[in-house]
Amino acid sequence: MNAKLSLRGVRKRFGDLEVCKGIDLDVAEGEMVCLIGSSGSGKSTLLRCMNLLEPIDDGEIWLDGVDIAEPGLDPQPIRQRIGIVFQSYNLFPHMSAVENVMLAPRRTKGLSRADLMPRISQLFEKFGLADRMQHFPDQLSGGQQQRVAIIRALAMEPEMMLFDEITSALDPELVGEVLDVLRELRQQGMTMVLATHEMGFARELADKVCFLDAGMILEQAPAEQLFSAPKEERTKAFLARVL
Amino acid sequence: MSDTAQQTGLAGASPAKPTRREIYEASVRRRSNRIALFSTLSVIVAIVLLIPLAPGWEAVQRSFFNGRVFAATFPGLAEAFLLNVMIFAWSAPLIALTGLAIALCRDARAPALFPLRMFGVAYTDIFRGLPVVLVIYIVGFGIPGLGLPRPWNSPYIWGTLALVLVYSAYVAEVIRSGIDSIHQSQRSAAASLGLSDGDTMRFVVLPQAIRNVVPANMNLFIALQKDVALLSFIGPVEIFRQAGVYKSLYANFTPYVGAALIFLALTVPATRYADYLMNKQNKQRS
Repeated sequence: MNAKLSLRGVRKRFGDLEVCKGIDLDVAEGEMVCLIGSSGSGKSTLLRCMNLLEPIDDGEIWLDGVDIAEPGLDPQPIRQRIGIVFQSYNLFPHMSAVENVMLAPRRTKGLSRADLMPRISQLFEKFGLADRMQHFPDQLSGGQQQRVAIIRALAMEPEMMLFDEITSALDPELVGEVLDVLRELRQQGMTMVLATHEMGFARELADKVCFLDAGMILEQAPAEQLFSAPKEERTKAFLARVL
Repeated sequence: MSDTAQQTGLAGASPAKPTRREIYEASVRRRSNRIALFSTLSVIVAIVLLIPLAPGWEAVQRSFFNGRVFAATFPGLAEAFLLNVMIFAWSAPLIALTGLAIALCRDARAPALFPLRMFGVAYTDIFRGLPVVLVIYIVGFGIPGLGLPRPWNSPYIWGTLALVLVYSAYVAEVIRSGIDSIHQSQRSAAASLGLSDGDTMRFVVLPQAIRNVVPANMNLFIALQKDVALLSFIGPVEIFRQAGVYKSLYANFTPYVGAALIFLALTVPATRYADYLMNKQNKQRS
Protein backbone atom coordinates (compact mmCIF):
# COMPACT_ATOMS: atom_id res chain seq x y z
CA MET A 1 0.00 0.00 0.00
CA ASN A 2 1.35 3.41 -0.90
CA ALA A 3 0.44 5.42 2.17
CA LYS A 4 0.15 9.15 1.65
CA LEU A 5 0.23 9.76 5.38
CA SER A 6 1.31 7.31 8.07
CA LEU A 7 1.13 7.84 11.79
CA ARG A 8 3.27 5.66 14.01
CA GLY A 9 2.93 5.70 17.80
CA VAL A 10 1.78 9.33 17.90
CA ARG A 11 1.53 10.69 21.42
CA LYS A 12 0.33 14.10 22.50
CA ARG A 13 -0.25 15.40 25.98
CA PHE A 14 -1.58 18.69 27.31
CA GLY A 15 -0.15 19.00 30.80
CA ASP A 16 -1.27 15.93 32.71
CA LEU A 17 -3.82 14.92 30.13
CA GLU A 18 -2.61 12.50 27.48
CA VAL A 19 -4.88 13.12 24.49
CA CYS A 20 -3.27 10.75 21.97
CA LYS A 21 -1.88 7.56 23.44
CA GLY A 22 0.16 6.02 20.66
CA ILE A 23 -1.84 6.26 17.45
CA ASP A 24 -1.04 4.24 14.34
CA LEU A 25 -2.93 5.14 11.19
CA ASP A 26 -2.38 4.85 7.45
CA VAL A 27 -4.11 7.04 4.90
CA ALA A 28 -3.64 5.91 1.31
CA GLU A 29 -3.53 8.26 -1.67
CA GLY A 30 -7.10 9.16 -2.64
CA GLU A 31 -8.56 7.51 0.43
CA MET A 32 -11.20 8.98 2.69
CA VAL A 33 -10.79 8.11 6.36
CA CYS A 34 -13.35 9.04 9.00
CA LEU A 35 -12.54 9.40 12.68
CA ILE A 36 -15.52 8.83 14.94
CA GLY A 37 -15.85 8.79 18.71
CA SER A 38 -17.34 10.84 21.50
CA SER A 39 -16.22 14.39 22.30
CA GLY A 40 -12.85 14.42 24.01
CA SER A 41 -11.73 11.15 22.46
CA GLY A 42 -8.86 12.95 20.69
CA LYS A 43 -10.18 13.29 17.13
CA SER A 44 -9.55 17.03 16.79
CA THR A 45 -6.15 16.90 18.42
CA LEU A 46 -5.11 14.08 16.13
CA LEU A 47 -6.07 16.15 13.08
CA ARG A 48 -4.22 19.19 14.40
CA CYS A 49 -1.14 17.02 14.93
CA MET A 50 -1.29 15.80 11.34
CA ASN A 51 -0.63 19.25 9.88
CA LEU A 52 1.69 20.27 12.72
CA LEU A 53 -0.62 22.82 14.33
CA GLU A 54 0.19 20.87 17.49
CA PRO A 55 3.72 19.51 17.91
CA ILE A 56 3.56 15.85 18.93
CA ASP A 57 5.43 14.58 21.97
CA ASP A 58 6.43 11.22 20.56
CA GLY A 59 6.01 9.09 17.46
CA GLU A 60 6.39 9.65 13.73
CA ILE A 61 4.24 11.19 11.02
CA TRP A 62 5.29 10.17 7.52
CA LEU A 63 4.10 12.27 4.60
CA ASP A 64 5.20 10.84 1.24
CA GLY A 65 8.02 8.99 2.97
CA VAL A 66 9.33 11.96 4.96
CA ASP A 67 8.96 12.12 8.73
CA ILE A 68 7.38 15.55 9.21
CA ALA A 69 7.33 15.15 13.01
CA GLU A 70 11.11 15.61 13.03
CA PRO A 71 11.71 18.26 15.70
CA GLY A 72 13.09 21.49 14.27
CA LEU A 73 11.52 20.99 10.86
CA ASP A 74 9.97 24.17 9.43
CA PRO A 75 6.22 23.47 9.61
CA GLN A 76 5.24 26.16 7.10
CA PRO A 77 5.84 24.30 3.82
CA ILE A 78 4.24 21.17 5.29
CA ARG A 79 1.09 23.03 6.28
CA GLN A 80 0.85 24.40 2.76
CA ARG A 81 0.56 20.81 1.54
CA ILE A 82 -2.10 19.70 4.04
CA GLY A 83 -5.27 21.79 4.19
CA ILE A 84 -7.49 21.85 7.27
CA VAL A 85 -11.02 23.13 7.83
CA PHE A 86 -12.26 23.84 11.35
CA GLN A 87 -15.59 23.38 13.08
CA SER A 88 -15.90 27.13 13.70
CA TYR A 89 -14.91 28.17 10.13
CA ASN A 90 -12.27 30.62 11.42
CA LEU A 91 -12.64 32.93 8.45
CA PHE A 92 -10.85 36.27 8.77
CA PRO A 93 -13.76 38.59 9.63
CA HIS A 94 -12.12 41.76 8.25
CA MET A 95 -11.74 40.39 4.73
CA SER A 96 -14.24 39.59 2.02
CA ALA A 97 -14.72 35.96 1.05
CA VAL A 98 -12.44 36.24 -1.97
CA GLU A 99 -9.73 38.05 0.02
CA ASN A 100 -9.90 35.31 2.65
CA VAL A 101 -9.22 32.80 -0.08
CA MET A 102 -6.48 34.77 -1.84
CA LEU A 103 -4.39 35.82 1.15
CA ALA A 104 -2.36 32.64 1.61
CA PRO A 105 -1.62 31.91 -2.08
CA ARG A 106 -0.66 35.54 -2.62
CA ARG A 107 1.73 35.64 0.32
CA THR A 108 3.22 32.16 0.16
CA LYS A 109 3.34 31.56 -3.58
CA GLY A 110 3.87 35.13 -4.73
CA LEU A 111 0.85 35.02 -7.04
CA SER A 112 -1.07 38.19 -7.85
CA ARG A 113 -4.82 38.61 -7.54
CA ALA A 114 -5.05 38.59 -11.31
CA ASP A 115 -3.09 35.31 -11.50
CA LEU A 116 -5.41 33.71 -8.98
CA MET A 117 -8.73 35.11 -10.07
CA PRO A 118 -9.65 32.61 -12.83
CA ARG A 119 -9.00 29.54 -10.70
CA ILE A 120 -10.56 30.98 -7.56
CA SER A 121 -13.71 32.26 -9.17
CA GLN A 122 -14.05 28.78 -10.66
CA LEU A 123 -13.91 27.30 -7.16
CA PHE A 124 -16.54 29.73 -5.90
CA GLU A 125 -18.71 28.88 -8.85
CA LYS A 126 -18.33 25.16 -8.37
CA PHE A 127 -19.43 25.37 -4.75
CA GLY A 128 -22.38 27.64 -5.51
CA LEU A 129 -20.91 30.85 -4.10
CA ALA A 130 -20.19 32.81 -7.29
CA ASP A 131 -22.43 35.68 -6.11
CA ARG A 132 -20.92 35.73 -2.61
CA MET A 133 -17.27 36.42 -3.42
CA GLN A 134 -17.33 40.04 -2.28
CA HIS A 135 -19.39 39.36 0.85
CA PHE A 136 -17.85 39.54 4.30
CA PRO A 137 -18.08 36.52 6.61
CA ASP A 138 -20.77 38.10 8.80
CA GLN A 139 -22.95 38.55 5.72
CA LEU A 140 -22.88 34.81 5.00
CA SER A 141 -24.78 31.92 6.54
CA GLY A 142 -22.89 29.27 8.48
CA GLY A 143 -23.05 26.86 5.58
CA GLN A 144 -21.75 29.50 3.18
CA GLN A 145 -18.94 30.46 5.58
CA GLN A 146 -17.91 26.86 5.90
CA ARG A 147 -17.85 26.45 2.12
CA VAL A 148 -15.66 29.58 1.86
CA ALA A 149 -13.35 28.04 4.46
CA ILE A 150 -13.10 24.90 2.33
CA ILE A 151 -12.37 26.97 -0.77
CA ARG A 152 -9.74 28.88 1.21
CA ALA A 153 -7.98 25.63 2.06
CA LEU A 154 -8.34 24.28 -1.49
CA ALA A 155 -6.89 27.46 -2.99
CA MET A 156 -3.50 26.39 -1.65
CA GLU A 157 -3.84 23.28 -3.85
CA PRO A 158 -3.12 20.94 -0.95
CA GLU A 159 -2.21 17.31 -1.49
CA MET A 160 -4.67 16.22 1.18
CA MET A 161 -7.38 17.73 3.34
CA LEU A 162 -8.32 17.42 7.02
CA PHE A 163 -11.83 18.25 8.19
CA ASP A 164 -12.48 18.81 11.88
CA GLU A 165 -16.20 18.29 12.56
CA ILE A 166 -16.98 20.87 9.93
CA THR A 167 -20.75 20.43 10.11
CA SER A 168 -21.09 20.37 13.91
CA ALA A 169 -21.73 24.10 14.25
CA LEU A 170 -24.28 24.22 11.44
CA ASP A 171 -28.06 24.20 11.51
CA PRO A 172 -29.31 20.82 10.32
CA GLU A 173 -30.71 22.34 7.13
CA LEU A 174 -27.27 23.71 6.21
CA VAL A 175 -25.36 20.49 6.80
CA GLY A 176 -26.34 19.06 3.42
CA GLU A 177 -24.74 21.82 1.36
CA VAL A 178 -21.40 21.32 3.10
CA LEU A 179 -21.52 17.53 2.82
CA ASP A 180 -22.17 17.97 -0.90
CA VAL A 181 -18.85 19.77 -1.16
CA LEU A 182 -17.14 16.80 0.48
CA ARG A 183 -18.85 14.42 -1.94
CA GLU A 184 -17.53 16.52 -4.80
CA LEU A 185 -13.99 16.39 -3.40
CA ARG A 186 -14.29 12.66 -2.88
CA GLN A 187 -15.21 12.27 -6.52
CA GLN A 188 -12.12 14.20 -7.56
CA GLY A 189 -10.02 11.73 -5.60
CA MET A 190 -8.85 14.08 -2.85
CA THR A 191 -7.13 12.32 0.06
CA MET A 192 -9.18 13.24 3.14
CA VAL A 193 -9.32 12.64 6.86
CA LEU A 194 -12.51 13.70 8.63
CA ALA A 195 -13.42 13.89 12.26
CA THR A 196 -17.19 13.67 12.11
CA HIS A 197 -20.43 12.98 13.90
CA GLU A 198 -22.27 12.42 10.60
CA MET A 199 -22.46 8.64 10.81
CA GLY A 200 -24.66 8.23 7.75
CA PHE A 201 -22.23 10.24 5.70
CA ALA A 202 -19.23 8.29 7.00
CA ARG A 203 -20.94 5.03 6.21
CA GLU A 204 -21.85 6.16 2.72
CA LEU A 205 -18.52 7.58 1.60
CA ALA A 206 -15.61 6.56 3.83
CA ASP A 207 -13.12 3.91 2.77
CA LYS A 208 -12.11 3.38 6.33
CA VAL A 209 -13.61 4.35 9.67
CA CYS A 210 -11.63 4.60 12.90
CA PHE A 211 -13.30 4.56 16.27
CA LEU A 212 -11.33 6.63 18.79
CA ASP A 213 -11.79 6.14 22.49
CA ALA A 214 -9.78 7.87 25.21
CA GLY A 215 -6.91 8.80 22.91
CA MET A 216 -6.56 5.45 21.15
CA ILE A 217 -7.85 3.96 17.92
CA LEU A 218 -9.88 1.14 19.39
CA GLU A 219 -11.08 -0.26 16.13
CA GLN A 220 -10.56 0.51 12.46
CA ALA A 221 -12.27 -1.19 9.56
CA PRO A 222 -13.90 -0.55 6.19
CA ALA A 223 -16.95 1.61 6.77
CA GLU A 224 -19.61 -0.99 6.10
CA GLN A 225 -17.93 -3.53 8.33
CA LEU A 226 -17.44 -1.16 11.27
CA PHE A 227 -21.02 0.03 11.22
CA SER A 228 -22.71 -3.32 10.62
CA ALA A 229 -20.42 -5.62 12.57
CA PRO A 230 -18.31 -3.74 15.14
CA LYS A 231 -16.02 -6.03 17.09
CA GLU A 232 -15.31 -4.03 20.23
CA GLU A 233 -17.88 -3.62 22.99
CA ARG A 234 -17.20 0.11 23.31
CA THR A 235 -17.67 0.61 19.58
CA LYS A 236 -21.00 -1.15 19.79
CA ALA A 237 -22.04 0.96 22.76
CA PHE A 238 -21.02 4.18 20.99
CA LEU A 239 -22.81 3.27 17.77
CA ALA A 240 -25.90 2.28 19.73
CA ARG A 241 -25.94 5.74 21.27
CA VAL A 242 -25.46 7.74 18.07
CA LEU A 243 -27.29 5.73 15.42
CA MET B 1 -33.63 35.89 3.09
CA SER B 2 -34.04 36.54 6.80
CA ASP B 3 -33.63 40.26 6.01
CA THR B 4 -36.65 40.43 3.80
CA ALA B 5 -38.65 38.40 6.28
CA GLN B 6 -37.78 40.91 8.99
CA GLN B 7 -38.67 43.87 6.82
CA THR B 8 -42.06 42.56 5.84
CA GLY B 9 -42.62 41.67 9.50
CA LEU B 10 -41.91 45.25 10.56
CA ALA B 11 -43.89 46.79 7.72
CA GLY B 12 -46.82 44.59 8.57
CA ALA B 13 -46.75 45.44 12.27
CA SER B 14 -46.70 49.26 12.24
CA PRO B 15 -50.09 50.16 10.70
CA ALA B 16 -51.90 47.57 12.81
CA LYS B 17 -53.63 48.45 16.09
CA PRO B 18 -51.13 48.79 19.00
CA THR B 19 -50.97 45.67 21.11
CA ARG B 20 -51.67 45.56 24.84
CA ARG B 21 -47.94 45.49 25.49
CA GLU B 22 -47.24 48.51 23.23
CA ILE B 23 -49.90 50.60 24.98
CA TYR B 24 -48.44 49.69 28.37
CA GLU B 25 -44.86 50.44 27.29
CA ALA B 26 -45.90 53.80 25.84
CA SER B 27 -47.52 54.83 29.12
CA VAL B 28 -44.43 53.77 31.09
CA ARG B 29 -42.26 55.79 28.72
CA ARG B 30 -44.44 58.92 29.08
CA ARG B 31 -44.34 58.63 32.84
CA SER B 32 -40.53 58.29 33.04
CA ASN B 33 -40.12 61.23 30.64
CA ARG B 34 -42.30 63.40 32.90
CA ILE B 35 -40.29 62.41 35.99
CA ALA B 36 -36.96 63.06 34.24
CA LEU B 37 -38.12 66.48 33.05
CA PHE B 38 -39.37 67.48 36.51
CA SER B 39 -36.18 66.39 38.33
CA THR B 40 -33.92 68.11 35.78
CA LEU B 41 -35.84 71.37 36.07
CA SER B 42 -35.73 71.26 39.87
CA VAL B 43 -31.95 70.82 39.86
CA ILE B 44 -31.47 73.73 37.43
CA VAL B 45 -33.77 76.00 39.43
CA ALA B 46 -31.94 75.07 42.62
CA ILE B 47 -28.55 75.90 41.09
CA VAL B 48 -29.70 79.21 39.62
CA LEU B 49 -31.40 80.30 42.84
CA LEU B 50 -28.98 78.95 45.44
CA ILE B 51 -25.49 79.68 44.11
CA PRO B 52 -26.01 83.48 43.94
CA LEU B 53 -26.97 83.31 47.64
CA ALA B 54 -23.38 82.28 48.53
CA PRO B 55 -21.52 85.15 50.28
CA GLY B 56 -18.66 85.25 47.77
CA TRP B 57 -20.81 85.01 44.64
CA GLU B 58 -20.44 88.69 43.73
CA ALA B 59 -16.63 88.48 43.78
CA VAL B 60 -16.54 85.15 41.92
CA GLN B 61 -18.85 86.49 39.27
CA ARG B 62 -16.67 89.55 38.79
CA SER B 63 -13.38 87.66 38.53
CA PHE B 64 -14.47 84.49 36.67
CA PHE B 65 -17.49 85.45 34.61
CA ASN B 66 -16.66 88.95 33.46
CA GLY B 67 -18.31 89.53 30.08
CA ARG B 68 -16.09 92.46 29.11
CA VAL B 69 -12.84 90.58 29.80
CA PHE B 70 -14.28 87.50 28.09
CA ALA B 71 -15.04 89.43 24.91
CA ALA B 72 -11.61 91.10 24.92
CA THR B 73 -9.58 87.92 25.42
CA PHE B 74 -11.55 85.22 23.63
CA PRO B 75 -10.17 85.86 20.10
CA GLY B 76 -6.60 85.83 21.42
CA LEU B 77 -7.26 82.59 23.27
CA ALA B 78 -8.79 80.98 20.21
CA GLU B 79 -5.72 81.97 18.21
CA ALA B 80 -3.39 80.52 20.86
CA PHE B 81 -5.45 77.34 20.76
CA LEU B 82 -4.37 76.85 17.15
CA LEU B 83 -0.90 76.14 18.54
CA ASN B 84 -2.37 73.39 20.75
CA VAL B 85 -4.06 71.91 17.73
CA MET B 86 -0.85 72.04 15.74
CA ILE B 87 1.23 70.38 18.45
CA PHE B 88 -1.51 67.75 18.74
CA ALA B 89 -1.62 67.28 14.98
CA TRP B 90 2.04 66.43 14.65
CA SER B 91 2.30 64.50 17.93
CA ALA B 92 -0.67 62.18 17.33
CA PRO B 93 0.69 60.32 14.26
CA LEU B 94 4.14 60.06 15.86
CA ILE B 95 2.53 58.59 18.97
CA ALA B 96 0.44 56.13 16.97
CA LEU B 97 3.47 54.87 15.03
CA THR B 98 5.76 54.69 18.08
CA GLY B 99 3.04 52.95 20.09
CA LEU B 100 2.57 50.35 17.37
CA ALA B 101 6.33 49.76 17.14
CA ILE B 102 6.62 49.33 20.92
CA ALA B 103 3.64 46.96 20.99
CA LEU B 104 5.27 44.82 18.30
CA CYS B 105 8.56 44.89 20.21
CA ARG B 106 6.82 43.48 23.27
CA ASP B 107 5.27 40.77 21.14
CA ALA B 108 8.53 39.68 19.48
CA ARG B 109 9.06 35.98 20.11
CA ALA B 110 12.26 35.10 18.26
CA PRO B 111 15.20 34.69 20.67
CA ALA B 112 17.35 37.07 18.61
CA LEU B 113 14.78 39.77 19.28
CA PHE B 114 14.88 39.30 23.05
CA PRO B 115 16.62 42.68 23.58
CA LEU B 116 13.78 44.35 21.65
CA ARG B 117 11.27 42.67 23.88
CA MET B 118 13.08 43.78 27.02
CA PHE B 119 13.24 47.30 25.60
CA GLY B 120 9.48 47.25 25.01
CA VAL B 121 8.80 46.11 28.56
CA ALA B 122 11.16 48.68 30.09
CA TYR B 123 9.79 51.47 27.90
CA THR B 124 6.16 50.90 28.81
CA ASP B 125 6.98 50.39 32.50
CA ILE B 126 9.02 53.59 32.73
CA PHE B 127 6.85 55.96 30.75
CA ARG B 128 3.55 54.79 32.16
CA GLY B 129 5.04 55.19 35.62
CA LEU B 130 5.98 58.86 35.30
CA PRO B 131 3.76 61.95 35.47
CA VAL B 132 3.60 63.64 32.06
CA VAL B 133 4.67 66.96 33.46
CA LEU B 134 7.82 65.43 34.96
CA VAL B 135 8.86 63.94 31.62
CA ILE B 136 8.22 67.30 29.95
CA TYR B 137 10.46 69.04 32.48
CA ILE B 138 13.27 66.49 32.29
CA VAL B 139 13.28 66.17 28.50
CA GLY B 140 12.31 69.77 27.78
CA PHE B 141 14.92 71.39 30.00
CA GLY B 142 17.46 68.57 30.12
CA ILE B 143 18.17 67.95 26.46
CA PRO B 144 18.44 71.59 25.31
CA GLY B 145 20.72 72.02 28.34
CA LEU B 146 23.31 70.01 26.42
CA GLY B 147 23.97 73.27 24.56
CA LEU B 148 22.46 72.25 21.24
CA PRO B 149 22.52 74.88 18.47
CA ARG B 150 19.34 76.33 17.00
CA PRO B 151 16.90 74.96 15.96
CA TRP B 152 17.72 71.86 18.02
CA ASN B 153 17.11 73.63 21.31
CA SER B 154 13.47 74.32 20.44
CA PRO B 155 10.99 73.48 23.20
CA TYR B 156 8.60 72.35 20.46
CA ILE B 157 10.88 69.47 19.48
CA TRP B 158 11.64 68.31 23.00
CA GLY B 159 8.15 68.96 24.31
CA THR B 160 6.77 66.88 21.47
CA LEU B 161 9.29 64.14 22.26
CA ALA B 162 8.12 64.11 25.87
CA LEU B 163 4.49 63.72 24.83
CA VAL B 164 5.42 60.98 22.35
CA LEU B 165 7.40 59.08 24.99
CA VAL B 166 4.59 59.05 27.53
CA TYR B 167 1.59 58.61 25.27
CA SER B 168 3.14 55.98 23.01
CA ALA B 169 3.69 53.84 26.11
CA TYR B 170 -0.06 53.93 26.78
CA VAL B 171 -0.97 53.42 23.13
CA ALA B 172 1.41 50.45 22.99
CA GLU B 173 -0.36 48.80 25.92
CA VAL B 174 -3.76 49.40 24.35
CA ILE B 175 -2.62 47.91 21.03
CA ARG B 176 -1.08 44.96 22.83
CA SER B 177 -4.34 44.27 24.62
CA GLY B 178 -5.99 44.40 21.18
CA ILE B 179 -3.50 41.86 19.85
CA ASP B 180 -4.16 39.60 22.83
CA SER B 181 -7.91 39.90 22.25
CA ILE B 182 -7.71 38.20 18.84
CA HIS B 183 -8.73 34.60 19.33
CA GLN B 184 -6.11 31.91 18.98
CA SER B 185 -8.24 30.23 16.30
CA GLN B 186 -7.45 33.11 13.93
CA ARG B 187 -3.73 32.44 14.30
CA SER B 188 -4.40 28.72 13.88
CA ALA B 189 -6.31 29.34 10.68
CA ALA B 190 -3.50 31.51 9.32
CA ALA B 191 -0.84 29.00 10.33
CA SER B 192 -2.78 26.12 8.79
CA LEU B 193 -2.68 27.93 5.45
CA GLY B 194 1.09 28.10 5.70
CA LEU B 195 1.35 31.82 6.40
CA SER B 196 4.49 32.94 8.22
CA ASP B 197 4.29 34.45 11.72
CA GLY B 198 5.04 37.88 10.30
CA ASP B 199 2.32 37.66 7.66
CA THR B 200 -0.12 36.31 10.24
CA MET B 201 0.51 39.35 12.42
CA ARG B 202 0.41 41.83 9.54
CA PHE B 203 -2.58 40.57 7.61
CA VAL B 204 -4.69 38.67 10.13
CA VAL B 205 -4.06 39.80 13.71
CA LEU B 206 -3.10 43.48 13.52
CA PRO B 207 -5.93 44.72 11.27
CA GLN B 208 -8.48 43.19 13.62
CA ALA B 209 -6.62 44.23 16.77
CA ILE B 210 -6.30 47.86 15.70
CA ARG B 211 -9.94 48.05 14.73
CA ASN B 212 -10.88 46.72 18.17
CA VAL B 213 -8.86 49.33 20.03
CA VAL B 214 -9.86 52.44 18.05
CA PRO B 215 -12.31 53.63 20.75
CA ALA B 216 -9.81 53.07 23.56
CA ASN B 217 -7.14 54.96 21.63
CA MET B 218 -9.61 57.78 20.91
CA ASN B 219 -9.84 58.31 24.66
CA LEU B 220 -6.07 58.51 24.91
CA PHE B 221 -5.91 61.09 22.15
CA ILE B 222 -8.57 63.18 23.88
CA ALA B 223 -6.38 63.12 26.99
CA LEU B 224 -3.41 64.09 24.82
CA GLN B 225 -5.29 67.12 23.50
CA LYS B 226 -5.60 68.35 27.07
CA ASP B 227 -2.04 67.49 28.06
CA VAL B 228 -0.61 69.57 25.21
CA ALA B 229 -1.27 72.47 27.60
CA LEU B 230 1.50 71.13 29.84
CA LEU B 231 4.09 72.14 27.23
CA SER B 232 3.45 75.72 28.35
CA PHE B 233 5.74 74.95 31.31
CA ILE B 234 8.76 74.79 29.02
CA GLY B 235 7.96 77.77 26.83
CA PRO B 236 5.39 77.57 24.04
CA VAL B 237 2.65 80.20 24.46
CA GLU B 238 -0.32 77.99 23.84
CA ILE B 239 -3.81 78.62 25.15
CA PHE B 240 -3.16 77.90 28.84
CA ARG B 241 -0.11 80.14 28.90
CA GLN B 242 -1.95 82.82 26.91
CA ALA B 243 -4.80 82.70 29.43
CA GLY B 244 -2.24 83.24 32.18
CA VAL B 245 -0.89 86.27 30.34
CA TYR B 246 -4.40 87.74 30.02
CA LYS B 247 -5.11 86.96 33.66
CA SER B 248 -2.16 89.08 34.73
CA LEU B 249 -3.04 91.80 32.21
CA TYR B 250 -6.66 92.17 33.31
CA ALA B 251 -6.19 90.97 36.91
CA ASN B 252 -9.14 88.68 36.19
CA PHE B 253 -9.65 84.91 35.94
CA THR B 254 -12.22 84.99 33.13
CA PRO B 255 -9.62 84.02 30.44
CA TYR B 256 -9.25 80.63 32.17
CA VAL B 257 -12.99 80.07 31.84
CA GLY B 258 -12.71 81.07 28.18
CA ALA B 259 -9.87 78.59 27.69
CA ALA B 260 -11.93 75.88 29.40
CA LEU B 261 -14.83 76.53 27.02
CA ILE B 262 -12.53 76.28 24.01
CA PHE B 263 -11.15 72.95 25.23
CA LEU B 264 -14.65 71.63 25.83
CA ALA B 265 -15.77 72.70 22.35
CA LEU B 266 -13.25 70.22 20.98
CA THR B 267 -13.10 67.47 23.59
CA VAL B 268 -16.83 67.01 24.24
CA PRO B 269 -17.71 66.14 20.62
CA ALA B 270 -14.60 63.95 20.44
CA THR B 271 -15.61 62.13 23.64
CA ARG B 272 -19.15 61.64 22.40
CA TYR B 273 -17.78 60.24 19.16
CA ALA B 274 -15.48 57.84 21.04
CA ASP B 275 -18.45 56.67 23.14
CA TYR B 276 -20.50 56.21 20.00
CA LEU B 277 -17.76 54.04 18.46
CA MET B 278 -17.47 52.04 21.67
CA ASN B 279 -21.22 51.42 21.83
CA LYS B 280 -21.33 50.44 18.19
CA GLN B 281 -18.55 47.93 18.79
CA ASN B 282 -20.25 46.47 21.87
CA LYS B 283 -23.44 46.01 19.89
CA GLN B 284 -21.58 44.26 17.09
CA ARG B 285 -20.03 41.84 19.55
CA SER B 286 -23.24 40.86 21.29
